[in-house]
Amino acid sequence: MPDILSIFIPACLRYFEGIEIVPIAFEVVMNKPLNLSTSLPDGNGMFGSFGGRFVAETLMPLINELRDEYAAAKNDPEFQRQLTYFQNDYVGRPSPLYFAERLTEHFGGAKIYLKREELNHTGAHKINNCIGQVLLARQMGKKRIIAETGAGMHGVATATVAARFGLKCVIYMGTTDIERQQPNVFRMKLLGAEVVPVTSGTGTLKDAMNEALRDWVTNIDDTFYIIGTVAGPHPYPAMVRDFQAVIGHETRRQMQEKEGRLPDSLVACIGGGSNAMGLFHPFLADESVQMIGVEAGGKGVQSGLHAASLNGGTPGVLHGNRTYLLQNEDGQIVDAHSVSAGLDYPGIGPEHAWLHEQGRVEYVSATDDEALDAFQICCQQEGIIPALETAHALAEVAKRAPKLPREHLMVVNLSGRGDKDMMSVAHYLGDKFQ
Amino acid sequence: MNQANSTVGTKRLERCFTALQAQNRPALVSYLTAGDPDAETSQRLLDGLPEAGVDIIELGMPFSDPMADGPAIQKAALRALEGGQTQAKTLEMVRRFREENATTPIVLMGYYNPIFCYGVERFLTDAAKAGVDGLIVVDLPPEHDDELCQPATRHGIDFIRLATPTTDAKRLPTVLANASGFIYYVSVAGVTGAGAATPESIERAVADLKRHTQLPIGVGFGIRTPQQAATIGRFSDAVVVGSALVDCIEQASTADEAVARVHGLVRELSASVRSCREEEAVS
Repeated sequence: MPDILSIFIPACLRYFEGIEIVPIAFEVVMNKPLNLSTSLPDGNGMFGSFGGRFVAETLMPLINELRDEYAAAKNDPEFQRQLTYFQNDYVGRPSPLYFAERLTEHFGGAKIYLKREELNHTGAHKINNCIGQVLLARQMGKKRIIAETGAGMHGVATATVAARFGLKCVIYMGTTDIERQQPNVFRMKLLGAEVVPVTSGTGTLKDAMNEALRDWVTNIDDTFYIIGTVAGPHPYPAMVRDFQAVIGHETRRQMQEKEGRLPDSLVACIGGGSNAMGLFHPFLADESVQMIGVEAGGKGVQSGLHAASLNGGTPGVLHGNRTYLLQNEDGQIVDAHSVSAGLDYPGIGPEHAWLHEQGRVEYVSATDDEALDAFQICCQQEGIIPALETAHALAEVAKRAPKLPREHLMVVNLSGRGDKDMMSVAHYLGDKFQ
Repeated sequence: MNQANSTVGTKRLERCFTALQAQNRPALVSYLTAGDPDAETSQRLLDGLPEAGVDIIELGMPFSDPMADGPAIQKAALRALEGGQTQAKTLEMVRRFREENATTPIVLMGYYNPIFCYGVERFLTDAAKAGVDGLIVVDLPPEHDDELCQPATRHGIDFIRLATPTTDAKRLPTVLANASGFIYYVSVAGVTGAGAATPESIERAVADLKRHTQLPIGVGFGIRTPQQAATIGRFSDAVVVGSALVDCIEQASTADEAVARVHGLVRELSASVRSCREEEAVS
């Protein structure tokens, strides 16, 4: 882990930019690490130079209304009571923090715990956020829900909460993704959602998001857009983070109960970055906790065929926020490549971009092949079929855990289950073994 | 009217609107995407617009992810990008246009990312030098005025603000605060090329805006025909036609046909807006 002062002092200096720094502030900073992120974003939705509200004027009044509604809901005991109720009795929280004994033995190093988000209703962490947003939508009197989806997990979670609350639901999904995630397309339809195939661009997640934004701007009066990750215009990155932070809060408590101390490292995969942010955020102020975000390396970051925005991208503005993007030098977005539809996005949540520049979180990447290997190890050692997205986090565990001592407590966010990926994995392995 | 060929076109928009006011007619504003269908044809299209009757030119800077545009302009951006259009080439088009034309205002329209990646200061310097008069950047609301709007003004480039049906009385002062050139009223909540709102509701909105600003009001989104342009032109200072012109390019099978179709529709639109208030005076 890098020298802690080299992280915190520049971070705090940047944090206090615009405020006069008096020497005493240093003393406070050095003795009591600042909670790096809880007071961000600022009023304009910025995490340092990232984030913001880069949207068409038509959407601005709506986004500001949402910001105000969300700010009120955060302090409304009745809203919080409902949220907890649905998280517990409908989603099935808290999700277990499971000691993966066989995986630990297999790698022969760090003690590995899995945060079992795949056991949530609908099979992934996505529903944590959807429950929160649908309660807001209801409170705002919206009758129609739209969402974008890549792997289909967010689409399924959205269709699920829309069904539960009797709201009309339209899901935008790229045609490429529809092909590789057939079971989820059928699930959404069963749940009463209309799945709109998006042919523009490469027919993946970014194109679905463009189309959802076009729908939103056309149907502002009755429509609520449930964004599925910690991206988009303010307040989405902060709001989705807060709804997902239940993952980290539970992990903290559960680890205290099981081991009597905090974990040493946290590992999560990153597309837009909501499962990672949910796990990381409650630990940002704990200097002893190391955090590793794993981007999709596709065929390898050097190959240019990947979805690793932080490791292979540059800052730019897309989908309402400034963040790291895969783009050419003229500011045109280039296509992401990943075996996993859920990570196949050329951007990343703005708070991750900020944490990357602060050096608080280490961002690495795993290739398609590495993810597929880890996928099989998890199936065989633990009897758990992970989502292909999650397998990227496991691939990093495979690289890191063997080198760590047995007392090192490592938590991996098992963000989703892999039933949806059976077709693509079979295809991938079949091709390889023929 | 002062037709001095200044390279910095600070006042071209203002001069244009003043002259048209004296003629009691609205401006015809055309939209085309730079580089569509290819660089050479796009330059021909651009160069011929003033003679065909366009008063103000909007030139789209193509972007890979045009979230606020409907299918017509999305496809135009793709055609342009596939042909290798870049920000630098778009500015070069304007520079070449300015060699022959010192009076017709040119407004670049698009999304922030290509400008951000070019570098804001560098872009504004090059744009002013090329003879750009204004910018319309769809995804930069007033909350981000420090990004581009204020620097543009310092370079003598107008920042044209969009007002929409969702811009209520409470928000309007924020929208108008740093606006210059003219106000672009987006007549429907939706993407470009979508269906039109009723003329009555647009007229009410324009009247509302006029109570809050001295700037000219242009109306766009959903205006396709000479007749629609005339109806809107009776009460607005400018009428913007985009998707209908872009469709002409898509429908054409040769470059010559694209040029003929676009300039042909512009002539019809121009005749229509030039006479739209005369009919009113007669009746």
